[in-house]
Amino acid sequence: MELLGRQEVWSITYDHALGETASSFYTRIRDEAAIYGRRSAGSGKVMVPPRSFSDETLLPTEEWVKVGPGGKIEAFTMVYEAFKNLPPPPYAFGYVLLDGADTALGGYFKGVDLSDPAAAAEKLKIGTRVTTKFAEERKGEMLDFWFELA
Amino acid sequence: MSGDRVGIIGIGQSAFRARRDDANYPELVREAVVMAMADAKMDFDAIEAVVYSLSPDAMVGIGNAERLGVDAVGGRMKPFLRINTGGATGISATAAAYYHVASGAFDVVLTAGADKVGECGDSQSVLNKIWDPSYERPLPLGTINMLAMSGVRYMQQYGMTEVDMARVTVKNRRHASLNHNAHLRKPVTIDEVLDSRIISWPIKLLDCCPQSTGGAALVLASEKYIRDNHLDAVWITGVAHTAETYWMGDRMGNNPTAEHSGAHALARSFERSYKMAGIKDPMKQVHVAELYAPFSNTEYHAIDSARLCGRNGESIQRLRDGEYELGGRIPVNPSGGTLCTNAIAVTAMARVAETALQVWGRAGAHQVEGARVGIASGNGGDHQIFGTMVIEA
Repeated sequence: MELLGRQEVWSITYDHALGETASSFYTRIRDEAAIYGRRSAGSGKVMVPPRSFSDETLLPTEEWVKVGPGGKIEAFTMVYEAFKNLPPPPYAFGYVLLDGADTALGGYFKGVDLSDPAAAAEKLKIGTRVTTKFAEERKGEMLDFWFELA
Repeated sequence: MSGDRVGIIGIGQSAFRARRDDANYPELVREAVVMAMADAKMDFDAIEAVVYSLSPDAMVGIGNAERLGVDAVGGRMKPFLRINTGGATGISATAAAYYHVASGAFDVVLTAGADKVGECGDSQSVLNKIWDPSYERPLPLGTINMLAMSGVRYMQQYGMTEVDMARVTVKNRRHASLNHNAHLRKPVTIDEVLDSRIISWPIKLLDCCPQSTGGAALVLASEKYIRDNHLDAVWITGVAHTAETYWMGDRMGNNPTAEHSGAHALARSFERSYKMAGIKDPMKQVHVAELYAPFSNTEYHAIDSARLCGRNGESIQRLRDGEYELGGRIPVNPSGGTLCTNAIAVTAMARVAETALQVWGRAGAHQVEGARVGIASGNGGDHQIFGTMVIEA
């Protein structure tokens, strides 16, 4: 028998409140071109991105700490496949432990030739030193900064 | 032998495929439920409560699709609740059904669900939405690249290679070729995996699970009910869940509680379910394992976490040696596993169902000879919420 289908597209708009801690993180990026974390009471760990409380101590974090711009790669991948509503490939991104931080921050890796995956993986290998680069015009968002090989 | 165990008395699973144009969502749920009821030789009146297995709504494209599920499971006027722990949903729903019975509140409980991932054209965009909108959503995060980064760390720490990843696919496809319910059943070679296109390095197309469509259902009952009604059953002897931090970047860096290369909370969950089942040496006491691993590399940290090898990373050499093949020492994913079939809402229920069939001796062409003790697992969310079970004949 003839089996029928029906196509639908969901397009839903949200206006997310970011809260005080993330708002402060982004305004510092916008105004100072610098990354800040929050020091956890009890453990002393500097959490980046900053959170208002620690999931380990379950206490509020207590002070802002400037971290980076240098750091080392903790994880990476290079994406070669196109996904709807995600950026056109190829691109590389991952996580970096910024100097002075205890947890790793996500971001794009730019300036690495991705045409040879094995060579790119070697350039981005875990432990590689990178530095944080900031856009000239910053809006106060994650895409205002990225990482490049130091 | 205690008299208050919980048994599995009926199992239903679809033959999973990319699409099922002959069935809409509730019809797919009903298909699995009818199979489980027939397997339990029971009619709907005997079911006292239902736990509904449904992961993100956007994957089936129906908001609160459990509403449609009520009729499909015969849930009218019955206690009914939905469970969602992402990829772990199916084992979490089974655990909830287990607790319904173990608490003494009910004697017979049905858990069921279905997924139609093949109808979702944008599954990685849906999965990108499981990341926090404050910080991480603007990055192109998805389940593939999240687990690619786990693989990169596992490579660095334990020496896993891309060939080792391919070996997992080759093993599981060979197993799936024997399982008529599996979605991807065509055997592949190491070279075919290595030559498949890169999705998110080091993960290639053939290192990835498919987007599957199908349903699953289980009927659970109290030991007293099973004895009084002279029913056949296998027994859930260990049940546990463990969660870890949301933040992937906290699973690396300085002194992390968990470690993104591995599955720390999965290991903790296995410890808990082994303790409950009285299993002290899994390498000697477990005969078969159905471990949730949607990408080839993740099967290694699942095996490590289940302690089916010595130290972490030893799984690599043991897999090279064929220990986890059908016919090997402890077959892992004899059904082909999540790597060959992933209908997300019921994938972890299929792990339970397949383990139950194995210890029951009913797994057919992919039966592990003599299996009496099996384990199952499910991983949910951003590799964050884990469920485990021990199932025994």
